[in-house]
Amino acid sequence: MLGKTAGGLFWMFRYLERSENTSRMIDAGLRISLTRSSAAQSEWTSIITSTGLLDAYQQRHGEVDGAKVIDFLLRDPSNPGSVLAAIEAARTNARLVRTALTREVFEAVNESYMILKSALAKPVPDRDLPELLQTIRQRTAIVRGTLQGTMVRNDIYDFARIGTFFERADNTARILDVKYYILLPSVRHVGSPVDNVQWDLILRATSSVRAYQTLHDSEFDPRLIANFLLLDKRLPRSLAFCYSKICDNLGYLEEDYGNRPICHDMVDSIYAKFQNTSVDKIFDYGLHEFITEFLAGSYALGEQIEKDYRFSE
Amino acid sequence: MHLTIRHETTYSYDQPVPYGLQQLRVRPKSRPGQTVLEWSVEVEGGAQQLMFEDEHANSVDLVSFDPDQSQVTIRSFGTVDIEDQGGVIGKHRGHVPLWLFQRETDLTEAGPGVARLIHQLDTGGSDLDKLHALSTLILREIPYSTDQNSAELTAEQALKAKHGVCQDHAHVFVTAARSLGFPARYVSGYLMMDDRVDQDATHAWAEAHVDGLGWVGFDVSNGISPDARYVRVATGLDYHDAAPILGLRVGGGTETMKVALQVQQ
Amino acid sequence: MSGESHFDEMYGRDGKTRGPYSEYCGWLSDEDVSRLRKKSVEAETLFRRTGITFNVYGMEEAAERLIPFDIVPRIISGREWSRLSKGIEQRVRAINAFLHDIYHGQEIIKAGRLPAEMIAQNDAFLPKMIGVTPPGGVYTHIVGTDLVRTGEDDFFVLEDNARTPSGVSYMLENRETMLHMFPELFSKVKVQNVSNYPRMLRRSLGRSVPDACDGGPTIAVLTPGIHNSAYYEHAFLADQMNVELVEGHDLRVVDGRVAMRTTRGFKPIDVLYRRVDDDFLDPLNFNPESQLGVPGIMDVYRAGGITIANAPGTGISDDKAIYSYMPDIVEFYTGEQAILKNVPTWRCSEPDALKYVLDNLADLVVKEVHGSGGYGMLVGPAASKKEIADFSKKLEANAANYIAQPTLSLSTVPILAKSELAPRHVDLRPFVLVSPDKIDITPGGLTRVALKKGSLVVNSSQGGGTKDTWVLEE
Repeated sequence: MLGKTAGGLFWMFRYLERSENTSRMIDAGLRISLTRSSAAQSEWTSIITSTGLLDAYQQRHGEVDGAKVIDFLLRDPSNPGSVLAAIEAARTNARLVRTALTREVFEAVNESYMILKSALAKPVPDRDLPELLQTIRQRTAIVRGTLQGTMVRNDIYDFARIGTFFERADNTARILDVKYYILLPSVRHVGSPVDNVQWDLILRATSSVRAYQTLHDSEFDPRLIANFLLLDKRLPRSLAFCYSKICDNLGYLEEDYGNRPICHDMVDSIYAKFQNTSVDKIFDYGLHEFITEFLAGSYALGEQIEKDYRFSE
Repeated sequence: MHLTIRHETTYSYDQPVPYGLQQLRVRPKSRPGQTVLEWSVEVEGGAQQLMFEDEHANSVDLVSFDPDQSQVTIRSFGTVDIEDQGGVIGKHRGHVPLWLFQRETDLTEAGPGVARLIHQLDTGGSDLDKLHALSTLILREIPYSTDQNSAELTAEQALKAKHGVCQDHAHVFVTAARSLGFPARYVSGYLMMDDRVDQDATHAWAEAHVDGLGWVGFDVSNGISPDARYVRVATGLDYHDAAPILGLRVGGGTETMKVALQVQQ
Repeated sequence: MSGESHFDEMYGRDGKTRGPYSEYCGWLSDEDVSRLRKKSVEAETLFRRTGITFNVYGMEEAAERLIPFDIVPRIISGREWSRLSKGIEQRVRAINAFLHDIYHGQEIIKAGRLPAEMIAQNDAFLPKMIGVTPPGGVYTHIVGTDLVRTGEDDFFVLEDNARTPSGVSYMLENRETMLHMFPELFSKVKVQNVSNYPRMLRRSLGRSVPDACDGGPTIAVLTPGIHNSAYYEHAFLADQMNVELVEGHDLRVVDGRVAMRTTRGFKPIDVLYRRVDDDFLDPLNFNPESQLGVPGIMDVYRAGGITIANAPGTGISDDKAIYSYMPDIVEFYTGEQAILKNVPTWRCSEPDALKYVLDNLADLVVKEVHGSGGYGMLVGPAASKKEIADFSKKLEANAANYIAQPTLSLSTVPILAKSELAPRHVDLRPFVLVSPDKIDITPGGLTRVALKKGSLVVNSSQGGGTKDTWVLEE
């Protein structure tokens, strides 16, 4: 496979995952605006911070305002990090790697692009938002589904999956990075309404409310939430889950290519941090430090994968 | 005449070069009047990728830089036996049609300067007389001088500058000869100088095709036709076709080139 | 249905359904237009979803367009086709022989059959190809010969596309779409298959391997990139042949070969089907500004390390100035009369011809010798007085740059217009594959149709559409 193709697959699925994650965050923010309007502004700030677009937003709009944040994140043409831009980038990469994809996968991406381009051509009225956000998630799910249902399990598939889980872990970590302090034992005010809102936000932004309730059958507990998002391998958006998948797919590549470049050791060492540990140990070490280090490690890993598999010259 | 030649070119860059390629036209070939006894090409900081013969039957080495080099040295050396043939190379050979040597190139585009030059030319006498007169005239109009910027000049620019080096003389000669209706070409090679061994540049001259004789050489800079001191290495329509080294690189910042050349008997 | 002056391929000149269309028209008479319109919209949705779009140069927004597809097929009888394909094969053989000669001994010039200045003053002649015999002796692996028709038995070659002819993906997708939408039609009408083109292309390329190839040939398609107007086709062909689709920056010279950067290191390529023009192919040897090419690929080529398909420098054979000599070229190299006719052509470089052309501009089509895509041409009968006056100035200023031809009364085939069938002018580009041992011509080709009533310009860049082309089984 061409190095460029591997890179195109990796980025195509990162962008798809990113557009899905952004839509989940907007959904979480919207929920808070509707139920707890007093807390909304600070939560929109958290949301846009975790996407890494706060500076860009402030330069354009100044003060954080729900409607503007939504438009900025969804479709503002000046925002290269918008959902629309991500879908467009996913589709551009799909065109680049077209020969590696089944017709179904390509058409699923292409159709998603056509639908969302037209749906996001103008600012979206409030009443249409829930349905639109759902459409975004459904569309990316269809692409993922066609990938799983139609693609041969080979290196092409591996790079697509590595991109997906790499971006997803990154996203979960960014939310934790912005919100880590509300999970710390020291500032725990059990049951205070403000905390409940924030915990709710974290879980919603990672689509984990339902999963949390199923598995924990209890009130929100920050320790459990932290454990859940960091270490619980049953949850498809936890860091441990995502990294176990990256390890698997890199492992298949190793088997396939008979070669084990540096990034394999890097991913193993990141994954090791989620094994034989507990959320208490992480709290002792420092949650913020843990996440900061994770993000730095993840960034370095991304660069190393790109180098080892010759994504570019 | 037995000539021993050692030609070394070193390119230095103020930043490492991620990727670079060079075409070398530094291998003289045996032909009537010129016998190559031995010849080698070495590259330091790079590797030979392949060899081929170009459309003018020049022997070309393609060389790539080793990754992230900031210095590459090309060394070519050997011995060549030359007979004096009075500058006559002879019958045209190969598939390149003669008319191609009447094509203008970017470096050899005839303009007002060349027209003025031809206007001054005594067009009486034989073809050979005419071409000799042209050679003499060019040297008078453009005296040899190395103190100018190293930029590549077109024939017209050289005529404007009123002084030049062998490359400029050769370009003006082929341009004017083509205007007069002669197929003409640029020659890159080596010249043994009677007063020194160390030289700081390779030599260039020109050839024109004269009915009955075939190709005839004219070294404008020295006012003579090539003799047993001249080693022909490469020919073409202009410097670009025959240059000893032609390269392309990615990055690397500023390039400096150093040539060390010894030609001796 | 048909106009007075031109030949309609469905209804002839007299309005009677022609033989090749009889079964189709039988089917058509039971269809109603609204169902056909619905099918037509369906086809467009299909094309969009598949991404069969092309980019329009110079347009930023909404730059992706579909080439309109018309659902009424263009039908050619098996007998008509076998005559055409003989003529095409003869012409393509002659072109390859011509290319070898022109880059070697130039016997045709020595024999006085072609003036030397036709080559000497032609930018399409590539000196760097002098003395090169490509692997297998094939210069033009893929040719698209543009044909037009003016009557029952009158076909003319309009142009020989011997550089990087495009459109074959439309030929294939058009058929797929028709099969998908009208399966019942194909059980009624026996149409020759086109779908094995990619397999034949792969086979044909694989037969022209360079000396350096060891083992099963590695083939790749070189594209200028996703912004190129024909990118879809490049990806489509690579996909269908199951070979890599590469761009210049995926390639470099490694160990004397052109190699592609894979996830496992550099892998040498034996045959490169390039869809990048000569000038951009190699910044070391041609245009130094090119970002699309591979530095040194010409050197590898001359050294026998790669096959470039089509060979560089083939443009000298499809040049519009050379075109007028094609009957001589065919005769010189094959020893036979040309089976396919040339359109009569005036070379404006010749004073008598120029005078005639200037006097008759209103009736002629004038083309730039090196132009393509229908740009820079004058269609006399469709031009205003001012346009003609302006053009004649251009023509006088640079006569050698133009040729002129009579405006042929091109045949028409009906398209599905808003509420009825309406005749529109068509041409045909069959696709020819050349191997060292044989020439394959896919039955049919791409029918291009001028969608505007009366228009003769079929180019997709100027409002043309396409049709599925059926060659009936004999």
